[in-house]
Parts: sequence; structure tokens; C-alpha cells
Amino acid sequence: MITGAQAMVKCLENEGVKDVFGYPGAAICPFYDALADSDIRHILVRQEQNAGHAASGYARVSGRPAVCIATSGPGATNLITALATAYMDSIPVIAITGQVSSEQLGRDVFQEADITGAAEPFTKYSYIVKNAADIPRIFKEAFIIAGSGRPGPVLIDIPIDIQNKKLEFHYPESVAIRGYKPTVEGNCGQIKRVAKALADCKKPVICVGGGVFFADAADEVLQFSQKLRIPVVSTMMGLGAVPGGYELFLGMMGMHGVAASNLAIREADLLLIVGARIGDRAVNSPDAIAKNTKIVHIDIDPAEIGKNVGVHIPLVGDAKNALSRLAGEVGALDFSEWAAQAAARKKPGEFPARESSVNPKRFMSMLSDAAPEDTILVADVGQNQIWSANYFQVKKGRFLTSGGMGTMGYSVPAAMGAKCACPEAPVFAVCGDGSFQMQMMELATIVQHQIPVKIVLMQNARLGMVRELQSNQYQGHCTAVFLDGSPDFLKLAGAYGIPASRIASDAEIPQALEALFAAQGPYLLVCDVDPGEASL
Amino acid sequence: MKHTISVLVENHAGVLSRISGLFSRRGFNIDSLAVGVTDDPTVSRITIVVNGNEYIVEQVKKQLNKLIDVLKVKIIEPEALISRELMLIKVTASADTRGEIIDIVKVIGARIVDISRNSLTVEITDSADQLELLQDLLGPYGILEVARTGTIALEKGVHSIHNK
Repeated sequence: MITGAQAMVKCLENEGVKDVFGYPGAAICPFYDALADSDIRHILVRQEQNAGHAASGYARVSGRPAVCIATSGPGATNLITALATAYMDSIPVIAITGQVSSEQLGRDVFQEADITGAAEPFTKYSYIVKNAADIPRIFKEAFIIAGSGRPGPVLIDIPIDIQNKKLEFHYPESVAIRGYKPTVEGNCGQIKRVAKALADCKKPVICVGGGVFFADAADEVLQFSQKLRIPVVSTMMGLGAVPGGYELFLGMMGMHGVAASNLAIREADLLLIVGARIGDRAVNSPDAIAKNTKIVHIDIDPAEIGKNVGVHIPLVGDAKNALSRLAGEVGALDFSEWAAQAAARKKPGEFPARESSVNPKRFMSMLSDAAPEDTILVADVGQNQIWSANYFQVKKGRFLTSGGMGTMGYSVPAAMGAKCACPEAPVFAVCGDGSFQMQMMELATIVQHQIPVKIVLMQNARLGMVRELQSNQYQGHCTAVFLDGSPDFLKLAGAYGIPASRIASDAEIPQALEALFAAQGPYLLVCDVDPGEASL
Repeated sequence: MKHTISVLVENHAGVLSRISGLFSRRGFNIDSLAVGVTDDPTVSRITIVVNGNEYIVEQVKKQLNKLIDVLKVKIIEPEALISRELMLIKVTASADTRGEIIDIVKVIGARIVDISRNSLTVEITDSADQLELLQDLLGPYGILEVARTGTIALEKGVHSIHNK
């Protein structure tokens, strides 16, 4: 017989978990006591939300569910933003929260919060454990649910008395969840219909989203595009699914995307959507497109098909499965002419020189050129995100960001998670001076656990994207966007023992990049950016 | 337009809040919702009547299917529908009006389940329309209170939620 807490740790070991991110408190202490006896590395974040984001970064890079831990009450509620962020972007995060003793539940005792209730809209599923004997089954189910079908966060809330109860431990090989059977295999007839539609069209475009990564379908997308010569556009979540420098990759679509992509979508007579939900930022008026364009939608989540855009041919299933079978079904088609026409509209970046500030687009473009192939770039939210998305070209690495939720403060903790999951890859977090101040407590985590993340801070002393919105849509009435009172970030980094430097002109970029790449440990580079700089 | 949706769910705590949460979150309007256990004690059946166009109903079905605790969802077509609702309605009744009320109850096929010096309680099990008709007819006598179960429904014939 072992305790519930020991069983929780054993479950994680059985799932092959190597690292977890968390923050202890009274109600989760039995688990922490048991965790100390395990080889699992615990990374102590400085705020629970960041444990969730770190797990998100870890999961996205490892392709497997990643774990974050918090105590009951405020610890658990602090996780909610991270859960919501993971939910919107379909990231498999397992959140374990301590809870007050079962017999005290519902009496508003110290640090009690109904976290399963509060997180319900932001989780794929949640459990409150009532019997210690259920722990192995619940953990097994949680990992299956989080990581399969359309991935998403799963919450396991465990009262402290259950963590202390004894049980006979046996970890199940598999469990049957009768209400959960994701459709992986695409329907044969539908695949044939897609093949026919492709044969009948003249100007197809492939639109990739974040689903491509979890289906591990990046190679299939690229091969399909190369074979048939179909141009590819991407949502923000899909960036990196095909290499940024691929000749038929037109760039990011949508509100903050590039003209080549948006024009191609407008002109296309067939849009093949793969693992994307066509959110409002990706397609402004989906109905207008559906009028003139045949829409084929491949998604593992049937509820996404037809939700945001009218679909002519739905294809529910795993993107890898669907695309490889589709490739076998289509004959010898060649859209070279159209592809060349669409690709010819790609424009190289233009970077007017800045003398007393850094042109952030030029910086991102130069960082991109200098970065090793496997670089993982984590962009925060705001102007820095758009500069990163449009001017950093993913090669064999990844581009991570909070696409759906737009959660500021994502980049540094997510970069920590990504670095822990993939220690050999260079990992960069790009943020603004607004978002940095939502997460700068994590510098301590980086130092304590020696996570060599490089941070690029675009400092314009503004909440730049809101400033831009106010300039354009509120008659320049700029309010509450001035970040006066920010600390000297170099001194701040220094206080943590993190080397840092600042640049204030384009001329300094090459040298700064050299220092950034040469640093063995963490590094902070501050770029002075003109407050008037535009996102696009 | 009204649509009747049958949902089989796991019979455990928290399921109803997940379903009602889904409806409020996604802005679906519920006309009525009734829950009860089925012949399998681990499974409950929820009958939901929603108001909305085809898009809404399709979304309701898909979003319900996404919930792990939901085992089956079936939209019952109006022509294949047997639906019933139970209403208890308590109405003021004096010696003068009691006879008239009993006549109405008889004609409409309801029954009296409680009687006191100043009131009658009527039970009716029928379609929602008939319940409303009865309520309308009894209105002038003075309705004291009303309790309704919400609609439950099955499909006509041998078809069930278990087969397509």
C-alpha cells in the first residue's frame, strides 16, 4: 500500500514525465513530500500562472502532455489564465491542484476555491478526486484526454486527505473512456471528394494552423504542396509548419499577416484548411471567402468544421492521416503557374534605417538570418508578436506564441518550458516592456534552475499595440499606455546576475546578436524601439 | 424554431453543470431541460429543447459531443417525436367554481390530484402546447402555483438513441 501522494508521483513516472513546473502550498504538501523521492525534476516558478505557461511551452516542443502543479485556492486560481491560454491553442497541459480536505469541501475554509468549477470553460476535462483508489485511472485518463484528439488542458484537483489515504497501486496500461472517441481516420468518400475538387480547381491554397504540429503532419503538408505545387499560407499558430523560407510559403494570413497571403486567399478557388479554426484574426470575413471559394476543412475536431466558416467539404480526422491518404488519391496535378503567380507577390522586408532606435523588423529579420536551424522562438503578445511572426523565419525549429488567447506574459515562462524540453536548441523569448513586466519574476527561476533562455526585450516605453489602436481608431487619444516608471532593465538583469546589454541603433544589431548567441547562460538584450513604430 | 435533443450522459456529479455551462457560454437558449436516470443506472438521459436555427442546432450537437461525459446526442426530428411534459397546477376553487374546473380538467384529459376547501391541484401529462392551453383555461380562476418538469421525448417506432 502507498499513499495517494506517492501514487500521483508514480503515475507521472509511468507517463514518462521528467520535468514538472509548480509552486507548493499547504494543500499540495503531501504530493511535494512524495515528489522529493522521485527523479522527476521540479522547477519552482515564481507565480503559478507561469508554471502553466512553462508546461505549455514544454508540451508544444515535446509533443507530449506536460505537467504544472499548484496548491488550492489562490494557487489554483492563478493557473486559470494559463489553462485558458492552453485551451484556446489546444495545448496538452495537465494541471494538478491540491484541494482542502474532502469533508471540508463547500464550507469556504482557508484557501478553498472551486477550481474545477472555475476552470470548467477552459479545460478539456477536469477531475476532483474523491477516492484514492481512483488516482491511477484518473491520471491515465487525464494523459489520454489531454494528448489525443484535439489536445487540451486537463485539471486534476486532489483534496489533501485523499493524498494521504492508502491504496493498492496498479497503473493501467489503457483505459476505455466511453464518451471519448476522437475520429482519427478520415472518411474515404470525403477524401475522394477532396481529390475531385482539387482536380477541378485552378487556384488552390493550403492554409495551415496549429493542428498540423500535434498531428505531426508538417512533412505531409510540405510534400503535398511540393508535389502539386500549391502555395501555402499560415495562421499565427501554424507558423513553422512549413519552413519560413519555403518558396511556396506566402506568409502569415489575416489582420496582421502579409499581403501575398491575403491576396492569395481572396483569389483562390479552393482553400484547403488543415488544422486551423479560422479565427477572426486569421480571416476577417469568412463568409465573403466562402461565397467564391470552395472550402475544404480538415480538422480532428468536428465542432470546428462549419463553426467559423461555411464548408463545402468537411473532412474530420487526423491531418497526417488525411493528407497522406489524399496524396495517394490525387492524380498528377500541377498548379505551378498559379503558384508562381502567387509567390511572385511575396515582398522582401523593407527596413528603413533607424539611427537613434532599433528597427524591430530589421532586428527580427537579422536574428532570423543568424539563428541556427533548430532555434525555437517564443513571441509574447503585442507588436513584438507581429514583428516576430512576420520577420522571423522558422527553419527546423518552432515559433511559439499565445495565438488564441493573446496572453501577455507568455513568452519567458513558455521559453523556459521549451528549453527544458529541448535543452540542445537555442531558445529565444521576444517580448515588449509591457509584457516583460508581467513575467520578469521568472528571471529568478531561470537563474535558480539554470535554464539558459535568451530574452529580447523591445522597449518603446509604451503598450505599443494598444497605442497603435488608439492612434488609429481613437483619434490619437493615447491613454494608459505609457510605461513610465519601468526599471532600468539592465540593472534588473544585473540584480539577478544575468548578463544584459542595450542597443539603440540598427548599426549595433550585428554586434548585439553576436553577444546574444555567444552567451552560454541566460541573456537579456534590450532594444530601444521608437514609440511610433507600426506593427505592420 | 424549436428542436428536441436527447443526450445520454455519464450519471455522475458535475455533468449537469458542464452541460448548462456549455449552453450559457456559447449563447444557446434552452427552452427546457429534463434529466433522469435510464435503464442503465450509470447513464442519465437529458432532454433539451432549444430555440434556434439550423446552425445553432448543429453547433449544440457538436459541442455536446465534445464533452467527455456525453455518450450520445440525437436530434429528434419533429415528425418522429413523442414528447411529454408533466405539469402540476394549483388553482383557486370555491364551491361555485369547482364544477367548472372539473369539467375543463375532464375535457382536456388531466386529473385532479389534490383538493381542499379553497383549491384544486391538477396534474396533466401531455405536450407543452396542451399544458399551456390548460394553464390558459384555468387562468381566470386564479392560479396559485405551477410546477413543470420540462419536456422528455422518445422517437416513434423501433428506432432509439442507440441506433442510427
